[in-house]
Amino acid sequence: MSMFSHEARLKRQSIFDALFRNLTRLAAFGVLALLAAILASLVMGSMPAIHAFGFGFLTSSEWDPVNDKFGALIPIVGTLITSVIALVIAIPVSFGIALFLTELSPRVLRRPLGVAIELLAGIPSIIYGMWGLFVFAPLFADHVEPWLNQHIGTLPYIGPFFSGPPMGIGILTASIILAIMVIPFIASVMRDVFDVVPTMLKESAYGLGSTTWEVMLSIVLPYTKVGVAGGIMLGLGRALGETMAVTFVIGNSHELTKSLLNPGNSISSALANEFTEAFGELYTASLIELGLILFFITFVVLSLARYMLYKLGQREGKAA
Amino acid sequence: MNAENIAKPRVVVKDLNFFYGKYRALKDINLDIAEKKVTAFIGPSGCGKSTLLRTFNRMYQLYPQQTATGSIMLDGDNILDKHQDLNKLRAKVGMVFQKPTPFPMSIYDNIAFGVKLYHNLSKNDMDERVEWALKKAALWGEVKDKLKQSGMGLSGGQQQRLCIARAIAVKPEVLLLDEPTSALDPISTAHIEKLIDELKEDFTIVIVTHNMQQAARVSDYTAYMYLGDLIEFGDTSTVFTNPVRKETEDYITGRFG
Repeated sequence: MSMFSHEARLKRQSIFDALFRNLTRLAAFGVLALLAAILASLVMGSMPAIHAFGFGFLTSSEWDPVNDKFGALIPIVGTLITSVIALVIAIPVSFGIALFLTELSPRVLRRPLGVAIELLAGIPSIIYGMWGLFVFAPLFADHVEPWLNQHIGTLPYIGPFFSGPPMGIGILTASIILAIMVIPFIASVMRDVFDVVPTMLKESAYGLGSTTWEVMLSIVLPYTKVGVAGGIMLGLGRALGETMAVTFVIGNSHELTKSLLNPGNSISSALANEFTEAFGELYTASLIELGLILFFITFVVLSLARYMLYKLGQREGKAA
Repeated sequence: MNAENIAKPRVVVKDLNFFYGKYRALKDINLDIAEKKVTAFIGPSGCGKSTLLRTFNRMYQLYPQQTATGSIMLDGDNILDKHQDLNKLRAKVGMVFQKPTPFPMSIYDNIAFGVKLYHNLSKNDMDERVEWALKKAALWGEVKDKLKQSGMGLSGGQQQRLCIARAIAVKPEVLLLDEPTSALDPISTAHIEKLIDELKEDFTIVIVTHNMQQAARVSDYTAYMYLGDLIEFGDTSTVFTNPVRKETEDYITGRFG
């Protein structure tokens, strides 16, 4: 009797197990299918533009809806430049924040500061955009851009990048707003990975007479490099795709200029601004192709990052 | 309680008290560490033996709640003096921890790391120093063909010898070993114990150990501690065969702790 019910239970369990296994498999493959579907619909939607412009779409800076001539160069450049400048600003600042929070901050300050950083990450991007447009851009136009014009704009080589009308709105402003937005992400990831470095490892380096700076740079950073790179990629991913805040302050102008103070455009702001007013098949298709390009850029950047980490690991002799 | 028979004390600890916040973890410790001998600290968990060891290189300094009073004299300087240059102190007092802690870099760079902090050696001199340290730590034969590989790829026992090599590469005077074999298998432990015996020709060694047989095997002097007090200190053979205090006898015979 008891033997019998035991067998029945075993059978029930194995059915349930199989069901559960297939459910999780379905969820995992569902993600893949979704990815493929999005990619396919982007490609299909952009077909008219691909037929009309071919690879010239990537290199043309023309954006003329009236005459149905479209090129993606300006939004592509705008997206890449704003993201790169944002990272250049955000990485050192985030490193400083994480370093302070894990090594230097008095214990009582750690929690409130950590929570503040996490709250910053939770602010909706439209609020950053409004703040950027109404508060930051005017201040930047009045106080920083004239200074940039006078002092850096006159230098050889880098001068042209920093001279231009001090309007407050433009590539540089968008980059700084982006930097502010990605700092909480990068900083909190860095803090989390710095926190898991074994105390004994750090003490070993201190025990040899290292300063805090040397311990961070030579021990903690190499030990956590995968996590740190992950945090930076998270920030980069957000910067590449960020729409609302950038749309507010980048100026949305389809003009290619050297100066970072001039208005420009990014892929996501072009999409946000123009989708509702896009008339005609070619205009819509061009915008969809922009989306496809953004998808592709993000994919390539993330793959490159993975490859870089793999190479880094190899050079250290892990694989050898 | 001071072992009066220590002819050449290298480190002199006087009236040392240590506090974790308000908790007093060491109580009026007085003892001498003999030059080029091995001194072992034994006692049950929480007795303060590691705490005592960590005052010798002021490791506790990293944590703001921890303070020490009294004096620890090394070469006529008080280690606990707040004007003491910590970098110089740590060049003189090296430390090895409970678990191997190879840095995330190549074997060569692990050794060179500490040396670079103090000396600007040429490539040749640095090569020689790395070889010297690895030979001293009895690791050279096993790693000489893979100096460029990561130190994290070595076995546990090799990693610990790497850490010892790294500590002695800066040519310290005192070497602190905080339970250096507690994470190792018996064969690696035997390697390290043999190494300690060889190293005392050049260095003054202080070892904290949970393992009483280990203390008996490797040390010349033994200090038995309990709840922050130094109960008994003297020749290892005396402490183990003919202890003065009842508490020591209870502990080493396994009746307690």
